[in-house]
Amino acid sequence: MSLTDAADASHTSAPATTRKLSTSKAMVEAVAAEMDRDQDVFVMGEDVGAYGGIFSSTTGLVDRFGPQRVVDTPISESAFIGAAIGAAVEGMRPIAELMFVDFFGVCMDQIYNHMAKIHYESGGNVRVPMVLTTAVGGGYSDGAQHSQCLWGTFAHLPGMKVVAPSNPADAKGLMTSAIRDDNPVVYMFHKGIMGLPWMAKNPRSVGPVPEEDYEVPIGKAAIARPGTDVTIATLSLSVHHALDVADELAGDDIDCEVVDLRSLVPLDTDTILESVGRTGRLLVVDEDYRSFGVSGEIIARVAERDPGMLAAPPVRVAVPDVPIPYARGLEDAVLPTSERIRNAVFGVMGR
Amino acid sequence: MTLTTEADRAKHALTTMWTIRRFEEAVDDMFARGLMHGTMHLSIGQEAVPTGACMALSEGDYITSTHRGHGHCIAKGAKLDAMMAELLAKETGYCRGRGGSMHIADVATGNLGANGIVAGGVPIAAGAGLAVRMRGGSEVVVSFFGDGAVNEGAWHEGVNLAAIWDLPVVFVCENNRYGMSMSVDRAFNVDTLAERARGYGIPGVTVDGNDPQTVYDAVADAVRRARSGGGPSFVEALTYRWKGHSKSDKNLYRTREEIESWRERDPIAAFEAAVTGGGATAPALSESDVEECRALARDRVREAIRTANAAPDADAATLTDAVYAPAGEPIAGGTRA
Ligand SMILES: Cc1ncc(C[n+]2csc(CCOP(=O)(O)OP(=O)(O)O)c2C)c(N)n1
Repeated sequence: MSLTDAADASHTSAPATTRKLSTSKAMVEAVAAEMDRDQDVFVMGEDVGAYGGIFSSTTGLVDRFGPQRVVDTPISESAFIGAAIGAAVEGMRPIAELMFVDFFGVCMDQIYNHMAKIHYESGGNVRVPMVLTTAVGGGYSDGAQHSQCLWGTFAHLPGMKVVAPSNPADAKGLMTSAIRDDNPVVYMFHKGIMGLPWMAKNPRSVGPVPEEDYEVPIGKAAIARPGTDVTIATLSLSVHHALDVADELAGDDIDCEVVDLRSLVPLDTDTILESVGRTGRLLVVDEDYRSFGVSGEIIARVAERDPGMLAAPPVRVAVPDVPIPYARGLEDAVLPTSERIRNAVFGVMGR
Repeated sequence: MTLTTEADRAKHALTTMWTIRRFEEAVDDMFARGLMHGTMHLSIGQEAVPTGACMALSEGDYITSTHRGHGHCIAKGAKLDAMMAELLAKETGYCRGRGGSMHIADVATGNLGANGIVAGGVPIAAGAGLAVRMRGGSEVVVSFFGDGAVNEGAWHEGVNLAAIWDLPVVFVCENNRYGMSMSVDRAFNVDTLAERARGYGIPGVTVDGNDPQTVYDAVADAVRRARSGGGPSFVEALTYRWKGHSKSDKNLYRTREEIESWRERDPIAAFEAAVTGGGATAPALSESDVEECRALARDRVREAIRTANAAPDADAATLTDAVYAPAGEPIAGGTRA
C-alpha cells in the first residue's frame, strides 16, 4: 500500500492525485496559495529572497510576490523572529524562517518566552498567528551545530504547536493548516526529504501532491503502513527508513505498522494507543536525542493508559546523547538508520 | 615593520597566502570529486586578512575563528596535515573527525576554534581576554568574524563587554560584502561597519583587506593598544569571497562582473607585484623567491593530503568518548600557556 493510499484510509489526508512534486515545491505551493488568498501572509528570514531559502523552502516566492512580502533579513534572528511576533499580534500572518533549528540558541527567548506564551499570558486576549519554519536533521556530515532535530525541545515548551511532515503531500497540507491556524506553529522540515539536487535524495522526497488547496489537520497522525505485529511510531525522515524496513521484513513474516506522527503538539495519542492496542508491541524511532524527548513521551503515554497493552518492553531507536559527529561513519552510528531500526524490530519481536 | 621590503617577512606573508589558497583549492577539488564529504566554506580571495592579522600576533596570543576559518587556522600556524585529516574525518584530525571544517580548534597555536554559529566566537573572545587579564598575562585575542556577524546580538553584547572591561581583544571584521546572499548595502544603515565601534566607545578603522600590509598595520596598532591595557579595537578589512557561500549557493544575488572585478584585485597577485618591485621601494623578493614560496605552499598541501589520507578513519567505537571530560585526567596539549 502506498503512502497516500494508507493516508486516505485515515481520512485526514490529501485528496488523491497523480501530479508529483518535491517536498520543497509542495511547501512553496502552499505558501504561495495562502499569500494569494490572504494579503496578511508574508515571509521573512535569512536568504529567503533571491537565494530561495538554502533548502529551497521559498524558491520563486520573491519573483512572484516581491521583496515587500518576501523579506530578506540580516543575520539577526532575535530581531526578525521577534518582529514576526509583533506583526502577528497586530493581525498579520507571518512565516518566519529560522535557517537551521540548531540556531534557535540565539533567539529562543523570542520563541518560547514571547511567541509561545503571549496568548496565555494575555488571558487569551492576544493571538500570535504565525508559522516558524525551520530545517532539521542530519545525515550529510554537517556537524554538531547543523544536524540536530530538536523537536522534542520545542514540543516540551507549552504554547506552540509543532509539526514535522514526512512527504510532499503532508508538507503542503500541514503548511496550509499552519498558516491558517491562530496559534504559533513550528513547522520543522527535514533537509533529507526536500528533494534537493545537491543532497542525497530519499526516493519519497518527490510524491503526489494535489493541485487544489487542502488542509492536513494539525494533531492527526497517519498510518503510513498498516500492520499487525509491531507499531513503529516515528516522524519526518525516519518514516521512510521505517517503511523501507517494514517492506523488507514482510519477507521475514513480520508485519510492521508505521505510524507517521506528523504533529508532536498536539500529539495524536489516540492513534498511537489504538495501533499499539492492536499490535501489542511498540518501537519509537526518533532522530532527536534519546533522553527526555519524543521517544520517552510516547512510551509514557502508552504506559499511563495501560502497560498491559504491551506484550514486550517498548524499544526506542534515537540519537544517543551525544552531539552529532562530523565523520560519516560516526554520524551513521548515531542516526536512526534502517539497520538500527531492523535490529530493534527483531528485538521487540523476540527474534 | 613592512612586509614588502623585508625579505623574511615578505616570504612568510606570501607563503602563508599561497598555502591558504592551495589548501582551499585542494579541498574544493577533493569535495567536487567526492573524496571529501560534508560542507565547507572557502575563503579564496580573502587570504590577506588572516595573513596580515596573524603576523601582528605573537606566540601565546589567541584567535577565535568562524565557519570560514581555514585561513585563520593556517595563518596562526596550524599543522596542515591535522587540518586536512580533520576534513577527511580521520582519527588524526584536529578534532578526531568529530568536528569537521566548521569546528577546527588548535590549542597549541592558540586557535580557540572555528564556529558554526555566526558571531558565536565574539563573546568567547571577550572571555579569553578576561581570562588573560585575570591571570595577569599580556596575551591578546583576535576575534575574526564576517560582516554578517555584526548584526547578531551576540556580537553587540560581546563587543560591549570587552569595551567596558578594557579587555585585550581585537575585533577583526572580514567584510566580504555578503552574508550569504545579504549584501552589506542592504543589511546596514551605516557607511562603514567601523562606525559601529564608536557606539561602544572603542577605536574603529576600515582598511583594504586585500593588502596584508594595511591589515597588518591596523591590527598591529590595535594589538599594541590591547597589550598595554588600552582595551579593545575594531578593524574592518574590506575584501571579497570569490566562491559561493557553500555548496547550496547558485550566486543569484551578485553579478558575474562583480565577481570578476574582485578577482582582478587578487590579493596574492597584488602582493607578488609589490614585493618584486611593483612599488617605489627596492624589491624584497626576486622572481625565484616568489617561485619558491609558491612551490613551498604547493608541496606542504600535497604532503598534508598524503599524510592525512594514510591516517586511520575516525573510530566509531569511541564516539561517545569526548562528550564529557574524564575526571582528573590532564588535558592533552594543555588549554593554556
Ligand atoms: C546564528 C546563525 N545564523 C545563521 C547562520 C547561517 N549562516 C552561516 S554563515 C552565514 C553568513 C555569514 O556571513 P558573514 O558573517 O558575513 O561571514 P561570511 O560567510 O561572509 O564569511 C549564515 C547566514 C549561522 N550559521 N548562525
